[in-house]
Amino acid sequence: MRIICPVKRVPDTAASKKVDPDDFTLDRDSVEAILNANDEWSIEEAMRIKERDGAEVIVLCMGPEQAQTTVRKALSYGLDGAIQVTDPAIHGSDAVATARVLAGALREESFDLIIMGNQSSDARTTLVPAMLAEFLDLPALTYARKLEIDGRKLTAHRETASGHVVVEAEMPAIVSVVEAINEPRYPSFKGIMAAKSKPLSTRDLGAVGVDASEVGLANSWTQIIEATPRPPKQAGEKVDDDGSGTVGAKAIADFLAAQKFI
Amino acid sequence: MTVTRLEPEQRELLDLAREFAVRELAPRAAADEAAATFPADLFRRLAASDLMGLPFDSEYGGSGQPYAVYLRVVEELARGFLAVGLGLSVHTLATWAVATFASDEVRKTWLPRMTSGELLGAYSLSEPGSGSDAAGLTTRAVRDGDDYVVNGTKAWVTHGGEAGFYVLMCRTGEEGSRGISALLVPADTPGLSFAPPERKMGLRSSPTRQLIFDDARVPTHHLLAEEGHGFRIAMAALDGGRLGIAACAVGLAQAALDQSLSYAAEREQFGRPIADFQGIGFLLADMATGVEAARALYLEAADRRDLGQPYARMAAMAKLFASDHAMRVATDAVQVHGGYGYVTDYPVERYLREAKVLQIVEGTNQVQRVVISRDLLRR
Ligand SMILES: Cc1cc2nc3c(=O)[nH]c(=O)nc-3n(C[C@H](O)[C@H](O)[C@H](O)COP(=O)(O)OP(=O)(O)OC[C@H]3O[C@@H](n4cnc5c(N)ncnc54)[C@H](O)[C@@H]3O)c2cc1C
Repeated sequence: MRIICPVKRVPDTAASKKVDPDDFTLDRDSVEAILNANDEWSIEEAMRIKERDGAEVIVLCMGPEQAQTTVRKALSYGLDGAIQVTDPAIHGSDAVATARVLAGALREESFDLIIMGNQSSDARTTLVPAMLAEFLDLPALTYARKLEIDGRKLTAHRETASGHVVVEAEMPAIVSVVEAINEPRYPSFKGIMAAKSKPLSTRDLGAVGVDASEVGLANSWTQIIEATPRPPKQAGEKVDDDGSGTVGAKAIADFLAAQKFI
Repeated sequence: MTVTRLEPEQRELLDLAREFAVRELAPRAAADEAAATFPADLFRRLAASDLMGLPFDSEYGGSGQPYAVYLRVVEELARGFLAVGLGLSVHTLATWAVATFASDEVRKTWLPRMTSGELLGAYSLSEPGSGSDAAGLTTRAVRDGDDYVVNGTKAWVTHGGEAGFYVLMCRTGEEGSRGISALLVPADTPGLSFAPPERKMGLRSSPTRQLIFDDARVPTHHLLAEEGHGFRIAMAALDGGRLGIAACAVGLAQAALDQSLSYAAEREQFGRPIADFQGIGFLLADMATGVEAARALYLEAADRRDLGQPYARMAAMAKLFASDHAMRVATDAVQVHGGYGYVTDYPVERYLREAKVLQIVEGTNQVQRVVISRDLLRR
């Protein structure tokens, strides 16, 4: 079995970010970049399949040259190899353009399963897995919080607002996973050392059969027309209780309802 | 933290240690300390990430890292949870004695299980009646065929009852330091039992117990080096161990400093953050300066060790300075927090209780001064 895990290099979720005032893309030099957190779950799931059934697991990353550190980080979890798609024309690509590039790279590869995080922590569109499935004409089992494999048959529990639905597909297929699916491991130091010598193939747009006119900021379907910094944190609201517990509880419930949390 | 002279994979190693400390250790420390629970699962996870054998040869399952790197990992872990950082240091100290002095055969069978973290290490020198005067120990081992028969009581053993093996210093010959030998004692040795854990003021999740040897039989090939070499082995192991304690002290002090900085910026009195008062600012400045100095000192000592130079005096200095400073930082951290620092809502009262033990273990700070002054005056 061959599994490919598309991963993304994202700005550190905890850091405050700067946006380029001209094109509203993120100033990537201003923050530390990390491996997208959701991709830790997809890598963990792929590693569990590898350890249980045996599989070759490959990481696929579209990103600037510096994304190689992200690729190495992914490899340090014990993956077998990596493909990195790097091209200056890619800068500013939206979800559709990203899916186009990933699909291009995947068309050149043999695989049984694509496992990816359901969203990236910077863009949060959750669109790429489904778009990728569309481009490749493959079944998509998205929002999986449980994944079972029986021969060529995949069964996933798809997380919904109220519970889950059970969905099935035949391999090859695309699966996107949510946090509940597993508890990701930490890399091991030996994995970190081994990652240095794992095969990494770097490709440009031409090599994945995508034309520069289909990607990048100028050719993206999504356009960002304005960016506003987050307003400063407001002081919290204090709820006083008369000691009975009921007054305070009611005030908190009212507050949450007013904020549409409950 | 200094990050010069590190290979990329060593930086990643420190990132891994820091992330593990922030995400897994720090959130556990308060509850485990309060309940005095030994966090065995956390040591298993350190083992799964290959962090239990960093400074040992890859031939025996280690990662061949210099002490300067291994110690920074200890510092990061201690910053999150002292009992875990100190536990790794004690494990390394015990494993080192086996790696350096055991026979090839014993190394082959035992060392990979130690460097992988499958077996947790412990070091047993102190006795109820001999602490600073360690050469006064009375636990005796007598040869009987292919075994030593061991009788006596050892005291204060970190990981007592939880460890997979003990490096035991015991008497096989005359009185004084030359009659002492070191043995590798497996945890399941018949005749070895454990007293209930000591009830400590801090470091409560690290178990400390007496070992009771009652006609316990240890194979003679478990002797480290030769009979009569035990005291030298014990002292050499402590040289490295003191670097570990220094790194723990820096980690603890850094944690206390971090907590104080954020509290001082947040807490307002007289209409402004208390950090704006010079009286607080100067406290913070002295705390931070000493932390950097202590870190530089243990790293300098580690570099000397890694280069094969004499480093015992400097290791004693690093242990002395770092633990005394950690005590001061922890005390001042409570001061910065005022009354809130004296209650368990904030971690600083725990840091204060934990810092104290670092001035006592692996040679009290008086003993460090004895070591340093003797070494200074030898010429
Ligand atoms: C939590 C904890 C964990 C420990 N873990 C271990 C372990 O894993 N293995 C192990 O073998 N031991 C361990 N110890 C024991 C520790 O190493 C001893 O407590 C320490 O060496 C001091 O010995 P003592 O307690 O007998 O004090 P004593 O030696 O009785 O000292 C009492 C006081 O006298 C001072 N003093 C003694 N001699 C001199 C001198 N020559 N000059 C000036 N002052 C002097 C000391 O500094 C101290 O202030 C641990 C102790 C604790 C508290």
